[in-house]
Amino acid sequence: MSTAYFGNFGGAFVPELLIPALDELEQAFVDAQKDASFNEEFFSLLENYAGRPTPLTKTRNLSSNPLVTIYLKREDLLHGGAHKTNQVLGQALLTKRMGKARVIAETGAGQHGVATALACALLKLECCIYMGAKDCQRQQPNVFRMRLLGAKVIPVNSGSGTLKDAVNEALRDWSANYEGSHYLLGTAAGPHPFPTIVREFHRMIGAETKAQILKKEGRLPDAVIACVGGGSNAIGMFADFIDEENVRLIGVEPAGKGLHTKEHGAALCQGSTGILHGTYTHIMQDIDGQIEESYSVSAGLDYPAVGPQHSHLKDIGRAEYVAVTDDEALQAFQYLAESEGIIPALESSHAVAHAMKIADQAEDEMLLVVNLSGRGDKDLDYVNQLLSKEAS
Amino acid sequence: MTRYRTMFANLDRKQQGAFVPYVTLGDPTPEASLDIIETLINAGADGLELGFPYSDPIADGPIIQASSIRALDAGVRPKECFDIIHKIRNRYPDIPIGILLYSNLVLAKGLDPFYDQAASSGVDSVLIADVPVKESQPFCEAAIKHSIAPIFIVPPNITEANLQRISKQSEGYTYLLSRAGVTGTESVAQMPAAELIKKLSHYKTAPPLLGFGISRPEHISSAINAGAKGVISGSAVVKKIEENIESLDDIKAALNDFTSIMKAATYYQRQTRIKVHAEEVI
Ligand SMILES: Cc1ncc(COP(=O)(O)O)c(C=O)c1O
Repeated sequence: MSTAYFGNFGGAFVPELLIPALDELEQAFVDAQKDASFNEEFFSLLENYAGRPTPLTKTRNLSSNPLVTIYLKREDLLHGGAHKTNQVLGQALLTKRMGKARVIAETGAGQHGVATALACALLKLECCIYMGAKDCQRQQPNVFRMRLLGAKVIPVNSGSGTLKDAVNEALRDWSANYEGSHYLLGTAAGPHPFPTIVREFHRMIGAETKAQILKKEGRLPDAVIACVGGGSNAIGMFADFIDEENVRLIGVEPAGKGLHTKEHGAALCQGSTGILHGTYTHIMQDIDGQIEESYSVSAGLDYPAVGPQHSHLKDIGRAEYVAVTDDEALQAFQYLAESEGIIPALESSHAVAHAMKIADQAEDEMLLVVNLSGRGDKDLDYVNQLLSKEAS
Repeated sequence: MTRYRTMFANLDRKQQGAFVPYVTLGDPTPEASLDIIETLINAGADGLELGFPYSDPIADGPIIQASSIRALDAGVRPKECFDIIHKIRNRYPDIPIGILLYSNLVLAKGLDPFYDQAASSGVDSVLIADVPVKESQPFCEAAIKHSIAPIFIVPPNITEANLQRISKQSEGYTYLLSRAGVTGTESVAQMPAAELIKKLSHYKTAPPLLGFGISRPEHISSAINAGAKGVISGSAVVKKIEENIESLDDIKAALNDFTSIMKAATYYQRQTRIKVHAEEVI
């Protein structure tokens, strides 16, 4: 298997106690990748349960510029409402393979929690989801969904009561229960082998996109664009394009209330290198190395670190990372709904907003693909509140 | 680094195990913390394990998390931590002082500057909770350069290969985990397999101190009977601070009592008595 590092980034900075569990996971993953029956079951679930392949939709009205064509990779149509379901099915099958009966997961927006809960229901695994107390409030519908799917949802009050604290709590649970429990990490961050496993189980996003765009346009896109929280939907979209040097890879981070404020979650654009949740990567920290709280209107992007492979792609100049504010994302959320009849997740709205910006400024023909990582149903109440507050 | 060797030699001669309490530096304030640490020493602590407060302590349970938050709220950062250590070192030139922290605090300062400051403040050992042996090389090199002992954690589930690697590099003492999980008294100490302790001495690993869930004198007796050279008691100590947070005098009184009782349980003499007694009962 690949090494634990992407250039200088990555590694497994966890208590010694967790090393055997990470080693066991790596071994199970390596074996599974070579096992035809594992892949058959995984791909069968993706097709028949989750609804893959997802469509690549050519937008009719989104682009302001006739020179620019924008496609959307429709992960929003996946069962569960976001890309998260892909890799969760993969890791849930690995859990079974390791003979473990219980799954622990963290969740921010609740999307990873929902995906984990549905996979656990399907595969008869016990499911325990840690969710920041603050996030439980702003993502109520997803808390109910998880419970409906049979998961135990545990609100986390420690620290800032958001995603990073939920990860801490999940790691603590795993430290005590690694023998019978798998920690089903929700993004392409965390200690090795998670960044690699999560990328490989999301790789079909980019692989399908490549085949679909070649069929429709006869050429590769000029750029693929994805939002970046921990980086899983982005790395899933990027993976098959990394070697295609003419395809720009653009990751969009949450600028929150502005990069000049402290209220954002742009670890790559504004952070510095350090260790959080077991990986050496870009993080948001103060001068002493205390982790700073991130902020974003979208709970799924509200995370003060990012997967280590993104740090590497930035470091070597292969990918570009930009940031989009809350306001820009909210506008894109509404505009995609009005112009295309698609309500995107607030997370994905960041990527849509950036594509709109590129289109506004383009002077040459351009072909863009946006990874529409999730649908906006979970955000309706929250956006409704925000917009009515704005109006009054 | 040699302070640990001296401590273990002296305790051996006196037929005692080591009682090493843990507190978070600056909890609840830098001034009170200094007072608390002196209380521990005067009540019989053989060595000190001092934590740097950190925003995301993944290896700690609720009690130590709360102490970290109290210290952070009091404005305690690494600089204040080193200041407290420096004062303790000036007053107590011989007591071994270990620090326990998370990797990002070390990286933020830079490895060499961090170990340099640790050495000049009088620190004997550094344990980084989230650096396993396979990621430890740059940290160990910086530690050794500044004559600081890099401390390794040996969990019950350690592989033979990692145990051998740890044994080659370990100095000062070895932090033997009594059980899985995070720090805390909710889940009590379990005793290490005598086999694991035998392996440690076979590989000439630095002397083992047993930690995690050590909250009662019996835990110490059993640890020593199993072959540990002493114990580290964290959450049980910090809990005394939490329980008496309104009054520093009450904190000191509680810690004085607790430390005396725990220290008394490290006497080998008593171990045999307890053992004999236990055998009589059985
Ligand atoms: C729809 C959607 N997109 C994106 C993300 C961000 O995660 P990642 O960067 O791992 O894709 C989330 C996380 O919850 C999400 O729900």
